[in-house]
Amino acid sequence: MSTKIALSNLSKSFPSRSAVITAIDNVSLDISSGTFCVIVGPSGCGKTTLLRIAAGLENKTSGEFSIVREDLRRPLNAMVFQGDSIFPWMSVWDNAAYGLKMRGVGSGEIREIVSHYLDRTGLLRFSEYFPHQLSGGMRQRVSIARAFANDPEVLLMDEPFSALDEQNKLILQEELLRIWEEHKKTVLFITHSVDEAVTLGDKIVVMTASPGRIKAVVDIDLPRPRNILELRRDPKFGKLVFQIWGYLRAEVDAARARAS
Amino acid sequence: MFFGERLIGIISPLLLLAVWEVFVRVGWISPQFFPAPSSIVEALIKLSRSGELWLNVSASLRRLVFGFVIGGVPALVLGIIMGLSRPIRLFIDPLIASTYPIPKSALLPLVLLIFGLGENSKIAMVAMGVFYPVIMNTVTGVLQIPKIYFDVGANFGASRWEIFRTVALPGAAPFIVTGIKLGIGMGLILIAIAEMVGADSGLGYMIWNAWQLMDVETMYVGLLVIAFLGFVFTLLLDELERWLLPWRKTI
Repeated sequence: MSTKIALSNLSKSFPSRSAVITAIDNVSLDISSGTFCVIVGPSGCGKTTLLRIAAGLENKTSGEFSIVREDLRRPLNAMVFQGDSIFPWMSVWDNAAYGLKMRGVGSGEIREIVSHYLDRTGLLRFSEYFPHQLSGGMRQRVSIARAFANDPEVLLMDEPFSALDEQNKLILQEELLRIWEEHKKTVLFITHSVDEAVTLGDKIVVMTASPGRIKAVVDIDLPRPRNILELRRDPKFGKLVFQIWGYLRAEVDAARARAS
Repeated sequence: MFFGERLIGIISPLLLLAVWEVFVRVGWISPQFFPAPSSIVEALIKLSRSGELWLNVSASLRRLVFGFVIGGVPALVLGIIMGLSRPIRLFIDPLIASTYPIPKSALLPLVLLIFGLGENSKIAMVAMGVFYPVIMNTVTGVLQIPKIYFDVGANFGASRWEIFRTVALPGAAPFIVTGIKLGIGMGLILIAIAEMVGADSGLGYMIWNAWQLMDVETMYVGLLVIAFLGFVFTLLLDELERWLLPWRKTI
């Protein structure tokens, strides 16, 4: 399959008072079209920085980052942010339609697309609600609907479920997989949860503690469509979690040693 | 319980009025300084029948509205721009910080000198009073908007104007409304002062003229009407707030 996202020798460093801090160090990676790619790493490994560079919210220091464009009308990316990111002053509907409105898509088309994704996320009957009337899980669904509705070349997700409780997390992971199966867009998903990574991903990139480098890339050959509960019973799932934990373990310890 | 609490709130002013009325009638306080509420109401009826009251109220209201728009709209726009752009904020902040502490009433002679005795000087006074609270609250309002919302705007391709319209303005709106409320209070203070000097209409003029004629009842009518206007403005703004900011949890 063709390459969709290409990183070559990507580096990012921040100047700080005493020294220059390297967040990402020489990362090279090819993600092919239609891949659900998950990046796992200990906190502070620069994975969020990597995603912010992908989203165009942060500049890289050196190296290359590119997303291959297939359709000029599509935006390059749309991001599902960590934590609350839907506008409190807009209804669920207006939040989900935000990207389309900013792109000047016709109102008829907006209606069609937004109602589709609000329906898929179970939010259609809450269209007129404001975010403060919704639970945390529902707010994150709006954020997911907003990103999917914008129909980007690449979807970026920055620990979208980290603020949710275990049950909500499971339900939203399942919903995400279901919606993703429709078009199989290329996804770059960040998490610190190994379970989540194996559950969702086709390809898992393990990063080292700061500076962030690639420690290992693991292909997940679990069949799709996936049923999350069934998946957990699969011995292969356990093996993969164990394998990835093996890579991550040393990095988490290193990050903790540095912090203390 | 709720009804009872409301009742307490009504009782205290009524009690004050009753005590006042009785004290005047018994002769314990001088009607020269504190005319009985009943005679103030009488004066109110007389002034509104003659059309004099409405003439003065409408003159003040017109100045308030013009001053409000002329001072408030630029303050709102400039405030949002300052909130969004750090260089512009750093450039303009010292100007505001250094002129804000000047009592606006102390500027009246200068304003009269520049704008003359006509309408413009009154409007200018109100505009100045409204400008400061609106701009300061708007800047604070934009600065307190969580950064993530600007990230969302940028990520979803919002232009500068769209960031202004869809993020900065609604995000700062609760603070802007507070600024407007403070601004209207300041406008009422300044219009009363401005009309006392070199005006021939308005509530301030009415009060000042009554003082010169030793017509104490009319003075009280003027105070009463100003208080009433302030009360009505507050109600209207609360209603406006409910309508403009339906997304707020606690209104």
